[in-house]
Amino acid sequence: MTRPIRLLLAALAFALPLSLLAGRVWIDPSTTPNAALILAELRLPRSVLALLVGGGLGAAGAAMQGYLRNPLADPGLFGIAPGAALGAVAALWFGYSASQWTVPFFALIGAGGAMALLAAIAGRTGGIALFTLAGLMVASLAGALTALAISLAPNAFAMETVVMWLNGALTDRGWSEVWIAAPLVLAGVALLRAAGPALDALTLGEAVARSLGVQPSRLLWLLLGGVGLTVGAVTAVAGIIGFVGLIVPHLVRPLTDRRPSQLILPSALAGALLVLVADSVVRLLPLMTELRLGIALSLLGAPFFLWLLVKMRRGAL
Amino acid sequence: MTLSAHDVMVPNRLAGVSLTLEAGTITAICGPNGAGKSTLLETLAGLISPHTGQVCLDAQSLTAMAPRARGRAIGYLPQAGEIAWDVPVRELVALGRMPHGDARPEPVDAALAALDLTDFASRRAQALSGGETVRVLLARVLAGEPQWILADEPLAALDLAHQLALLAYLRRAADSGTGVVLVLHDLALAMNHADRVVVLHGGRVAADGACEDALDHRVIERVWGVPARWLGEPGARALVAGPTASSR
Repeated sequence: MTRPIRLLLAALAFALPLSLLAGRVWIDPSTTPNAALILAELRLPRSVLALLVGGGLGAAGAAMQGYLRNPLADPGLFGIAPGAALGAVAALWFGYSASQWTVPFFALIGAGGAMALLAAIAGRTGGIALFTLAGLMVASLAGALTALAISLAPNAFAMETVVMWLNGALTDRGWSEVWIAAPLVLAGVALLRAAGPALDALTLGEAVARSLGVQPSRLLWLLLGGVGLTVGAVTAVAGIIGFVGLIVPHLVRPLTDRRPSQLILPSALAGALLVLVADSVVRLLPLMTELRLGIALSLLGAPFFLWLLVKMRRGAL
Repeated sequence: MTLSAHDVMVPNRLAGVSLTLEAGTITAICGPNGAGKSTLLETLAGLISPHTGQVCLDAQSLTAMAPRARGRAIGYLPQAGEIAWDVPVRELVALGRMPHGDARPEPVDAALAALDLTDFASRRAQALSGGETVRVLLARVLAGEPQWILADEPLAALDLAHQLALLAYLRRAADSGTGVVLVLHDLALAMNHADRVVVLHGGRVAADGACEDALDHRVIERVWGVPARWLGEPGARALVAGPTASSR
């Protein structure tokens, strides 16, 4: 186990119990009535979901930056999150949100559709530029259709539900969301980890990577599968949560030797930590209604992105 | 052992190139800009599949080889060496072991030593100068212990001392049976250090043979379109090119 992984595991071991106790009401296990029930049925699934959401997005971001050889890359570039959002919005729009499984199910179909579209356009050649452009196209198409669905919403309530859902959050989530997300996120992270050595070789450019035996199409499928499963599952259970995949690899990179393969697992752990802490903070903020997690992370992430750009302009990145 | 191209055609780049390269020799590929030198090298490395024709390692077609087996046999160094992340030198060089699927330190150490990089092992990529970067990237090729070293302009960014050291290293590698293929712009380096020169022009082989023949001043005038004259003795030639070469 490398040093950053030990460090992050220790931080998680400290943060997880705190996040279980923290909230609008602080829980004191010895005095709070029904403490065990609240912890087991409300706080624990929410915290586990935060770990899965952050872990999936962090790993996907690290792998994407390695794949595109660009520190400003974000898993959102692939259009999988907008695809998942479109699926979920369709479910909400048509009023299929009665069962707790329907919205995530539709979101996964949307993510799968975005992945299939990407694979159909760019899967055979495995070219990175074509893949990125195809991803941007899928993202804007899904975004446009989502906007269309909002503007044509049958009533104000449907519109509000859709808009609220789009700003991702972990409120009112339970074990069912955990069971949906956990296997998909874990499988996705495993695929991204498997792509690690090829991403390392890509450090020296596409031609050298191929001369070292990397098969571009295999790498593309690993990335597509890994990012698709993690981001698709995360979006399905939590809505759109931006910037985690962008910020986290930056924070972790200085702790590693900067090889993309060495960044994936620490980024998953750091992403889990960031979302866990952020979700605890939004619960603690003294606001009338709870600040949506997606909004909070965007408020944090956008200035961070600007700071990165300034740093990059100075050539320090 | 041979690496051979059989009537290789790549649209707009190579118009039917056939040649057979022998292991244990240094072959220089020369030619004016746009002649197809880099494309030929990439095709020989198996990175470009020819439109027609084929490239064979001994009797086996490169396209039929498993990518990792090809990677173990052929080490390829492109012209524009990029390093995307600020990785320590040693980890970059160790990437050369990837086709072998091992992390043996001995070949990595040997490659670092061969290119005078032992003291740089823990330095980061972005702290390297242009010439140091080229040496690191070349060390990555050597760490893979390939049977063939295919390098595109490996000498252009090196100072004189490191050029000579690298050429001496490549000569030793060739003497021990490695096939070395270099794309070179500097015709004098090709003339003095290669065993064989292939001159490309417009995607075809314009001359192929021993250095003194393939880089004869008439070939240079025909292919590069500049008058040229060789000075000195074989093995220690200098090239005078341009109007001064014809006026004397």
